[in-house]
Amino acid sequence: MENAIRISCSRHNLKVVRDFVSSYLAAYGLSDLQLNQIILAVDEVVANLIIHANHEDESQFLDLRVMMEKQVFEIEIEDDSKSSYQPSLYKEPDLQEHIRVGKKGGVGMTLVNRIMDRVEFTTTGTHNVCRLYKRIG
Amino acid sequence: MKINQQTTENTLTLSLDGELDASSSVLLDTELTKPEVLDYKKVLIDCQRLNYISSAGLGVFISHLQRFQDANVKLVFFNMQEKVHNVFEILGLDALMTIVPSEAEATAI
Repeated sequence: MENAIRISCSRHNLKVVRDFVSSYLAAYGLSDLQLNQIILAVDEVVANLIIHANHEDESQFLDLRVMMEKQVFEIEIEDDSKSSYQPSLYKEPDLQEHIRVGKKGGVGMTLVNRIMDRVEFTTTGTHNVCRLYKRIG
Repeated sequence: MKINQQTTENTLTLSLDGELDASSSVLLDTELTKPEVLDYKKVLIDCQRLNYISSAGLGVFISHLQRFQDANVKLVFFNMQEKVHNVFEILGLDALMTIVPSEAEATAI
């Protein structure tokens, strides 16, 4: 079973990532709802890294590695973008306000934070690693 | 992602087929941005074949909702799969948007 992939920074690869996570988790008997939530959380982080951090530059790559330990699913997503996500700047969105002003973005990390048990971003030099953890079952 | 359209005098129905993510949501945004969409009293979104939605897809609906309300056009979702409805619920969007179980109920609104 594949537990690592490398993708170029194109939003067309989001489907590739979702299929990768889905096929890895297929052996664990998750409910449709939980499987969809985990796939969604990964998709949101990867979309942010492709679109915002790497500006859809297809010469740049993301490395993804998944693992399961003691019923905890973990995924590591690594890239070398110059801009790294700052979790300390995260603000809960005001959806009524988003609707009022017609705002398109800004709710992806809310989904990630609400779905996953733990979300970590670390940067060493220009190397960024995002780790997402979710207890399953 | 495919979007099929059906129209009656007052209603535009968009049937979404596939996965609505940061790549495919551009297509939906283009459809909803067309000025003639506001000529209808209701825009119904048939979600029966919508297998996946991410924040980019939600964002398209969020960004058009006020414009629809200002034009007195109702936006109604129906036939939504549980896992897709769950994504609306996680954000609390199910309380801010009109989601009904069936086409009959969507038509009756």
